[in-house]
Amino acid sequence: MSRSYLPHWMHRLGSPPTFYRFAGALRPWLMAAALITAAIGLYGGLVLAPPDYQQGDAYRIIFIHVPSAWMSLFIYACMAVAGLVALVWRVKLAEVIAMECAPIGAAFTLITLVTGSLWGKPMWGTWWTWDARLTSELVLFFLYLGVIGLYHAIDDRRRGARAASLLALVGIVNLPIVHYSVVWWNTLHQGSTVNLFGKSSIAPSMLWPLLVMALATHLYFFASILGRTRTALLSVESGKQWVRGIVDRQPLPRQGAPT
Amino acid sequence: MTHWLAMGGYAAYVWPAYAVFFAVLAWDWIAPALRRRRLARELRGRIARERVRRGTRSPHAEVSA
Amino acid sequence: MITVAQPFADSSPAIMTARPGAWRACLALLRRDFLLAWRRRGELFLPLLYAVIVAALFPFALGPEPQLLARIAGGVLLVIVVLAMLPALESMFRTDLEDGTLEQWLLAPQPLALLALTRVAAHWITTVLPLIVVMPLLGALLNLPWDVLPVLIVALLLATPLLALLGAVLSALTAGARRSGILLALMLLPLAVPVVIFAAGAIAAAQAGLPYLAPLSWLAAALVLAVVLAPLACAAALRIAVEA
Repeated sequence: MSRSYLPHWMHRLGSPPTFYRFAGALRPWLMAAALITAAIGLYGGLVLAPPDYQQGDAYRIIFIHVPSAWMSLFIYACMAVAGLVALVWRVKLAEVIAMECAPIGAAFTLITLVTGSLWGKPMWGTWWTWDARLTSELVLFFLYLGVIGLYHAIDDRRRGARAASLLALVGIVNLPIVHYSVVWWNTLHQGSTVNLFGKSSIAPSMLWPLLVMALATHLYFFASILGRTRTALLSVESGKQWVRGIVDRQPLPRQGAPT
Repeated sequence: MTHWLAMGGYAAYVWPAYAVFFAVLAWDWIAPALRRRRLARELRGRIARERVRRGTRSPHAEVSA
Repeated sequence: MITVAQPFADSSPAIMTARPGAWRACLALLRRDFLLAWRRRGELFLPLLYAVIVAALFPFALGPEPQLLARIAGGVLLVIVVLAMLPALESMFRTDLEDGTLEQWLLAPQPLALLALTRVAAHWITTVLPLIVVMPLLGALLNLPWDVLPVLIVALLLATPLLALLGAVLSALTAGARRSGILLALMLLPLAVPVVIFAAGAIAAAQAGLPYLAPLSWLAAALVLAVVLAPLACAAALRIAVEA
């Protein structure tokens, strides 16, 4: 399949050894930026922001709950795009990136669910409420588990990646449908939902830490995906010479292997 | 300081939430590092075995440095 | 004198109809599936038995009060049908993948999506239709109000083909995987949530005497979409599963 219409740098970046070095160089900077941004955001959120007039200090969970919820959707979109590239152009790197997105997305979805229930307990008195957003997030979590499960269930790694990518694409079509049906279902049974999360007007002093934390989680995601892709490339390309070069050069005591 | 830690009485919910946030992301950061170390060890073992096998397969060929 | 073969002489250039024989191929496939199902007709009763057992368990678990049972009957029957469909879904393409039939499907001149659609139709008729036919009996077990029964059956007639189509895509995806029963259920859950919500919504509305046409029409719309799109996704999944 000729990929002539792709820009040249994308060609070069598509080759695993080049990407391996590029990711290795970029990753520490991204992680450092993520940590600094998170420190600023948390300082703004936990210390500077005033307590909420209704919820007191319990609302401070918003600074990790909402960014994680945004991340769980954002990572799913990245996974679907990488999956589409993997399915259509069969780019090995895209397959690896798509499959390495899934655990990070599942992690952020898990954080969203746990922090959501921890926040709901003081506000609604129960650990779990079938609020439309929390329910959609739970279904999204099952979607992630489905993609991860399918990928590991198929022995042939490349075929597994393509099958899981197709599931991710089916999932992305399904997400808005799930959200709409859950909202419709919610109005059917509970009357008006308690929109604890949907603050129409959020005070600026609370808003900027939220956005800074969102930036931090995005930076963290890029750092983590680069790291995971490097590791996955080592295992996918273990037969190749460049991987052996990297593995051999590592300063580990050579257990008496003949020189 | 202790007032801040109390989180207006909601400390039992805010701090565990942040703990989960950092714990899950820490796991997400460490898991590939562990996988990478295990992979490197396996691959090094395979390389060593291949080098030994290459060395003994043709006895009359002089052992390459 | 070399006679030049005219491969496309017969297909009129104006409209590119499906390859000749598409209809005959589907009928042949349907006949094959029904024959196979008839040979193992003992297994056809398994989903029915499963449904009756689970339906019978609910009164033991929740007590026999008629009002309670009547209130939950519609939703419980719907969930039972969805669960009874799962084991059959898994083996939809697995045997064909193993004995090489899928390779023949890929080579067949007919579009793979059409063959997949035929397989899903055959699977739905042989495994799910008996469940719907036996629904009045299960409804009686759970004291389902008689005026709700027709709505339940219509909702099932719309929801189960939809689930079969979605399940077919997932079954094609997991055909190459190892034992994957639970995995299929895990993958089907997100896709089944909207279907169950609208089907149960229709049943609950009928039970409460409210208009139930809206959720049913949503289900019908989703079914029409799925009949067109799901076979395409299923064909893509089969191609992934077959090429080793």
